[in-house]
Amino acid sequence: MAHAIDIAHDDQPATGIKRWLFATNHKDIGTMYLVFSLIMFFVGGTMAMIIRAELFEPGLQFVDPGFFNEMTTMHALVMIFGAVMPAFVGLANWMIPLQLGAPDMALPRMNNFSFWILPFAFTLLLSTLFVPGGAPAGGWTMYPPLSLQFGDSFPMMIFAIHLMGISSIMGAINVIVTILNMRAPGMPLLKMPLFCWSWLITAYLLIAVMPVLAGVVTMLLTDHFFKTSFFNAAGGGDPLMFEHIFWFFGHPEVYIMILPAFGVISEIIPTFSRKPLFGATSMIYAIASIAFLSFIVWGHHMFADGMPLAAQMFFMMSTMLIAVPTGVKVFNWTATMWRGSLSFEPPMLFAIGFLFMFTIGGFSGVMLALVPADYQYNQSYFVVAHFHYVLVPGAVFAIMGAVYYWLPKWTGNMYSMTLAKTHFWLSTIFVNVLFFPQHFLGLAGMPRRIPDYAVQFTDWNMVSSIGAFGFGLSQILFAIAIIQCVRGGQKATAKVWGGATPTGLEWTIPSPAPYHSFTTAPEIH
Amino acid sequence: MNVNRLTAIDDKPGRPRGLKLASIAIAIVGAIAAARSASANTSNGINLPRGVTVLSRDIYSLHMLVFWICVGIAVVVFGTMIVAMVKFRHSQGAIPDTTMVHSTKVEIVWTIIPVVILIVMAVPAALSILKIEDTRNSDLSIRVTGYQWKWQYQYMDAAAGINYFSTLSASSNFARQLHSGIDPRTVPHYLLSVDHPLVIPSGVKVRLLLTSADVIHAWWVPDFGMKRDAIPGFINEMWIKVLPGKEGVYRGQCAALCGRDHGFMPIVVDVKTPADFKKWVEDQKAALKQAQAAPAAPAAAASAPPRTAATLPLTAKL
Repeated sequence: MAHAIDIAHDDQPATGIKRWLFATNHKDIGTMYLVFSLIMFFVGGTMAMIIRAELFEPGLQFVDPGFFNEMTTMHALVMIFGAVMPAFVGLANWMIPLQLGAPDMALPRMNNFSFWILPFAFTLLLSTLFVPGGAPAGGWTMYPPLSLQFGDSFPMMIFAIHLMGISSIMGAINVIVTILNMRAPGMPLLKMPLFCWSWLITAYLLIAVMPVLAGVVTMLLTDHFFKTSFFNAAGGGDPLMFEHIFWFFGHPEVYIMILPAFGVISEIIPTFSRKPLFGATSMIYAIASIAFLSFIVWGHHMFADGMPLAAQMFFMMSTMLIAVPTGVKVFNWTATMWRGSLSFEPPMLFAIGFLFMFTIGGFSGVMLALVPADYQYNQSYFVVAHFHYVLVPGAVFAIMGAVYYWLPKWTGNMYSMTLAKTHFWLSTIFVNVLFFPQHFLGLAGMPRRIPDYAVQFTDWNMVSSIGAFGFGLSQILFAIAIIQCVRGGQKATAKVWGGATPTGLEWTIPSPAPYHSFTTAPEIH
Repeated sequence: MNVNRLTAIDDKPGRPRGLKLASIAIAIVGAIAAARSASANTSNGINLPRGVTVLSRDIYSLHMLVFWICVGIAVVVFGTMIVAMVKFRHSQGAIPDTTMVHSTKVEIVWTIIPVVILIVMAVPAALSILKIEDTRNSDLSIRVTGYQWKWQYQYMDAAAGINYFSTLSASSNFARQLHSGIDPRTVPHYLLSVDHPLVIPSGVKVRLLLTSADVIHAWWVPDFGMKRDAIPGFINEMWIKVLPGKEGVYRGQCAALCGRDHGFMPIVVDVKTPADFKKWVEDQKAALKQAQAAPAAPAAAASAPPRTAATLPLTAKL
């Protein structure tokens, strides 16, 4: 059309707010996702600090039990949907076109839309803190009948979840279309970088399960406002059915948050081991098998809910099977380091931290899979320790590793290595002080989601809270390192990690990456 | 109240002299153990309790088996990673072996070994589930109903008619209020004591039928090895057989988020010998009869049937 003057086709970005509001450039949108995610990381982190402050000592010192429940619920929703998922989408936006040799994402306007939904979704979600009755307080799992007791926050939360789901689905469609159509000529799927592979599979998971979440929260909504009885036993409904549908979404959701992390780690470890990834093809198959298994293990969240014997056996076995492809991944990363030539720049430190601590989360995962033991572990702090080990030194460390890995490529500047390494060591020490004692608390009998506890749990709660404050404060260093790097610093080369051996098309373009890259497809040999 | 404990530190005397550090360490452990003597269960504070039922012992052994297998795997895997980090350092001039990119043989081996290890874990687990799910042939059934935020216990079989509510004890309830000014450490069994505990006999199979009147709750006493959800519209089953000789008071909590006061609906179980339990049942029934016979009480009692028993002279506060 003659009148269409496309900003994206200009050589230089638009100026001012227009650059961001009307952004169609994958780099701008990626930046917005990452900045949004960092803000949400601090918002959700503040909630965690409130939780740990209240749990520092037995007795209620700071908050009402109802507000405590609001904090645990909102902390989870903000961290899952606001921090971890947008961070990975941001990384995908920045890196997938650069790794594929594509000029942009395939659907740039949809890309703009899928980002700009998020600030509205989270404004809506966070505003529930100020409505009568307070924010949702039934846990992020929203089990009815409890969730049906919420006040005005209830429809707001559900609408916010719908918005987040729409955003995720659009983001996922964009990733799939880009990867399947816009790879540089001569790049077959199996030669594609592991980060793109992990995202391709994650995107399919998102498209498969986000509609399930949308459906189940809509059923909650009609139960609440339109007198249906999907989940209301008194009306012939079934509260357990909610849990089945929710976890059919919820378990793949867990992998949505960890598979891209696998991709990141598979990029970083070879670079700083100066050696190609060991068993790259089996790594891809491992991700695919984990993704498949994620659809048939949801029942392991519900063993104590009362389940037929055969179902318990099935879900136990299928869950334990996940350990096999996950084990292959850990062994392959270790084999990549073996007989390599290792250096320990910040991204590598975070990758190695991931390797150790994600594996600890994997061990407790296998323990939780065993039905009889699960009767003791589940709903206790042991579960809290387990999923935080997988998500914080797992997913979050991978995100931080990715940021430290590609930040010089994005900004053209090196960040302060000392600051980044300090950030790593403080984070690693405190994250263990924070979460390791929670294993003890859970085993000793402390349930999760309680604002106050019996006095024999005091010692480890104090230790855990000290770890939490330390971990929270350490993240300020992360923000400082990023801000400093954006504002200036030693100039980065095109290869950034010249001494190491980064492979991939993103290292063939200058740093910072020009506003338009790969306008002509690169040649691949 | 005597609580059975398996974790008593009883090796304090008889240490070789001169080992100052060791004795200090033991003193610290002793102090922690003493602090824990107020503890509600047989856990040592960092591990699962071995518990006092047939099932809890099975579950504990399974837990320890899996734990040590995980420790073994961790030593091998983390050991390899650490060796790699020490041995193959760029700063020490390590030359990367860039030809080492793939080995089908090795990959098959490290797929098969985990499968074998998983089978080793799955077999005892599966056998244990069969045992847990077998709720047949119970000697006593008790219906447990969760409410926001208390438990109701309705006895059946030989104890039919006994029926009462169990709520957080008043002393804990005062102390747990925001800015109460009461130090929880001064409250006996803070948050783990109730007005009327559940009373069960040892040595027999007690079946609990769990349901809920409002939202989902979960009944969990760690020393019994199990938790089960109490769900409105459903009846879940679990069984407890406390080993003879392990009579005492055991404590737990609601384990499923059930609203504002989820943290404040504890579970206390008083396990009596079968003879003592029989006597307790007779006392309760006698009191029940008396209450029904008394002319003044019925008006109030009849209007709220499930609550009648709450006025019974139950056992002393625990």
